[in-house]
Amino acid sequence: MINRFLIPVVAFVLLAVVLAIGIKHSPEKGIIASPLIGKPAPQFSLPSLADRTHTVSSAGLRGRWYLLNVWGSWCGTCREEHQMLLEVRRSGRVRLIGLDWKDDDQQALGYLQQLGDPYEFVAADHDGRTAIDWGVYAAPESFLVNPQGIVVYKCMGELTPDIWEKEILPRLPKAQAAGS
Amino acid sequence: MRRATAICAAAAGLALASAGAVRAIDTTQMPTPELQARYQGLTHELRCVQCQDEALADSPAGVAADLRRQVREMLLAGKSDDDVRNFMLARYGDFVLFRPRFVLKNVWLWAAPEVLLVVGALVAWRVVRKRARLVSADTEPLPDDGPD
Repeated sequence: MINRFLIPVVAFVLLAVVLAIGIKHSPEKGIIASPLIGKPAPQFSLPSLADRTHTVSSAGLRGRWYLLNVWGSWCGTCREEHQMLLEVRRSGRVRLIGLDWKDDDQQALGYLQQLGDPYEFVAADHDGRTAIDWGVYAAPESFLVNPQGIVVYKCMGELTPDIWEKEILPRLPKAQAAGS
Repeated sequence: MRRATAICAAAAGLALASAGAVRAIDTTQMPTPELQARYQGLTHELRCVQCQDEALADSPAGVAADLRRQVREMLLAGKSDDDVRNFMLARYGDFVLFRPRFVLKNVWLWAAPEVLLVVGALVAWRVVRKRARLVSADTEPLPDDGPD
């Protein structure tokens, strides 16, 4: 008699535990874990936003930590995180590189002029091919890359002071100025 | 009644019209029917990473258009379907595939239905056997733990 109730109850508890674990560990809706973490950062060679005749590439980024921030003047959340990017630049803790994704150069330049330019340089990805290589699907996104050129962390969405302090700063070498 | 029919007709019309709108999102024409079929197949089995519940083929998002262009170019360059899948997989991860890969970490996804089927069959077999035994033992007194 105990048996008849015990089995369904145990099955129910097991199912509840499985579902609870699933819910707890499921990534936030809309966030895809990047398969790039732990892998070499994709190479790129693109016109510089500041000067279209000038090419900027990933080749010159080896040897130091950098944060690649994917943005666009059309992107609302980028505007919201801009103040934080200026803070990052001021901190001098990591090189900040911009990837201007599918944007109009004039509008992008106007945007930086209006809000301030936190980037060491900005690569202009007009047709979005470099963004595909980085697995970008919604701006803003930020990738932290180590001196060996390995992607160690990806911030999906707005780079908040909280993420900067809890996820990015602890990964950087301690208080060693990386600014230019 | 008439009104209900009219509403149904309107709804059906709307559904058809929106289906037409979805079709119009991707008007790509590949040079051969064979390439066209492969292109259609791939863009329907790859997920739009931005909207996530839509296939690449059905998504109006900018990044979906870029990824469709990537599929088209790779097929035109003579790449295989698996080349295209692996390209997307390397950049966007397993999530980009509507049909999960048959690899170790996904094995439970594939095995779960079969395992559950076997478990269900075992339970059904036990129940049936137990009842059959009751019928054949009809003249004897009922066992204590028997049903009812």
